[in-house]
Amino acid sequence: MNIKTRALKKSLWVYHLSTGSCNNCDIEILDCLSPRFDIERFGMVLVGSPKHADVLLITGIVTKKNLERVKEVYHETPKPCFVVAVGTCACSGNMFRSGYNMAGPLKNVIPVDVFIPGCPPGPAAIISAVVKLLNKLK
Amino acid sequence: MKKIIVPLGPDHPLFEEPEFFILHCDGENVVDVEWQAGYNHRGIEKISETKHWDQVTFLVERICGICSNSHPVAYANAVENLLGIDIPERAKYIRTIISEMERLHSHLLWAGLAGHFLGYNTVFMWVWKYREPLLDMMEMLTGNRNNYSMIKIGGVRRDINDEQIKALRKTLDTLKTQNEMLTKVVLDDPVLQARLVNVGVLTKKDIKDYGAVGPVARASGVDIDVRRDNPYAAYSFIDWKVITRENGDVFDKAVVRLLECFESIKIIQQCLDRIENKKGEILNEVKEIPPGEGIGRHEALRGEVFHYVRSDGTSSPIRHKIRAPSYVNVPTFKKSCIGQTISDVAIILAGVDPCYCCTERVSVYDANTRKKKNVTWTEIVRKSQEKTKKLKKS
Repeated sequence: MNIKTRALKKSLWVYHLSTGSCNNCDIEILDCLSPRFDIERFGMVLVGSPKHADVLLITGIVTKKNLERVKEVYHETPKPCFVVAVGTCACSGNMFRSGYNMAGPLKNVIPVDVFIPGCPPGPAAIISAVVKLLNKLK
Repeated sequence: MKKIIVPLGPDHPLFEEPEFFILHCDGENVVDVEWQAGYNHRGIEKISETKHWDQVTFLVERICGICSNSHPVAYANAVENLLGIDIPERAKYIRTIISEMERLHSHLLWAGLAGHFLGYNTVFMWVWKYREPLLDMMEMLTGNRNNYSMIKIGGVRRDINDEQIKALRKTLDTLKTQNEMLTKVVLDDPVLQARLVNVGVLTKKDIKDYGAVGPVARASGVDIDVRRDNPYAAYSFIDWKVITRENGDVFDKAVVRLLECFESIKIIQQCLDRIENKKGEILNEVKEIPPGEGIGRHEALRGEVFHYVRSDGTSSPIRHKIRAPSYVNVPTFKKSCIGQTISDVAIILAGVDPCYCCTERVSVYDANTRKKKNVTWTEIVRKSQEKTKKLKKS
């Protein structure tokens, strides 16, 4: 394990990007911060810029107008970083797959490390996914 | 005059769609606002034309995660209007219960986020803690924390049994006391009054000019509410009142939303009284949809949702038009933001109703020197929070 991954697993900073979601996954991500789930006990904090982030939580299908922005945000994130596709929309496109404004599922745009299916996945599912990610690093 | 342009967006957290606002500023004051949309366009109306009538309820549910009961209700109203049928009484009450629970959770969510934007993170944590039992109840009644899938054309998908009613009553009682406490704390706070009173004022005329709806209109003294004006579900059988305020500032919008929570609790309790210890049909089976057209309205959390469907007798709609409340509420920023400072913009934008869906980036650049400086949404929120701190000290 090199120094970068060792430092990474201590405290993951999370940047959250919506690329065409319905808000549900976004609320559930925010719910992780609320007192019941309290994701900060794992050292995770939501940050305001991809430049500070270790993990990108991406929700929603990638719409055509957002395509370039997703690539740019991924480009701005310091590597190594993780990309987590939250919700069925980000994983596979859900029922919007046949829509004319869909630019493809997230995995075709940027490399994805973790998929969390569910519409929307509950906060418990999101936390468990990130913990699995941490365990994979060890 | 040196003009500074502050783009807010495109992935803006305040609405169901990411939107792009460009603020033209003179120093700290906002002199003009521009709006661009389309970042979250998923082509739902077109996809709807390829789905079966029953599948469309699931599709419209995913227009907005927070209004995930409002759109199906409006759609079901539209199709039932087309068919000319009525739904069973028990289904009407269940629809009302779910709609009002959704209103409760959304208004609480709004109160929490408004607290966060103003630098009162305690309010955010409290409110989101109070909201959790409500989501548990939703999970118990419908099977999911969000995206409830309760509505079906001709009725509802699931029944509510007496045990669930008991649990729901208990949760509502606790929520009522918590909400009373919250309302007093929030509304009596002198700092919050200083931050919110006379900020982002919309007059009655502005509301009429822009056609704004929902709590935004009601806070300015425009007394409109689809639930009363054009009753559907069980609203006409129940005793409740529409909350209105006169000033139209952000404070009044907060008051309207907090007081509506009490009304929602009242409505749910009455509905529970009517369906407790009774049995009844919950679904009026619909076999096929004849050619024709129908409209459906629903008072969603942010205002009136409107759905129009047209059928040619096949298994899917040939036209489905949707108008969501934010579409008319958003342009009111042209009135409410102009003349205010940048630090107040966060809460004015939030005043219409935020769906905090992503952390925002903003870039500020000087139009004259073309110097570019990146500012994050967090920084705007921080500015707003600093202003509160200053007020607290003085």
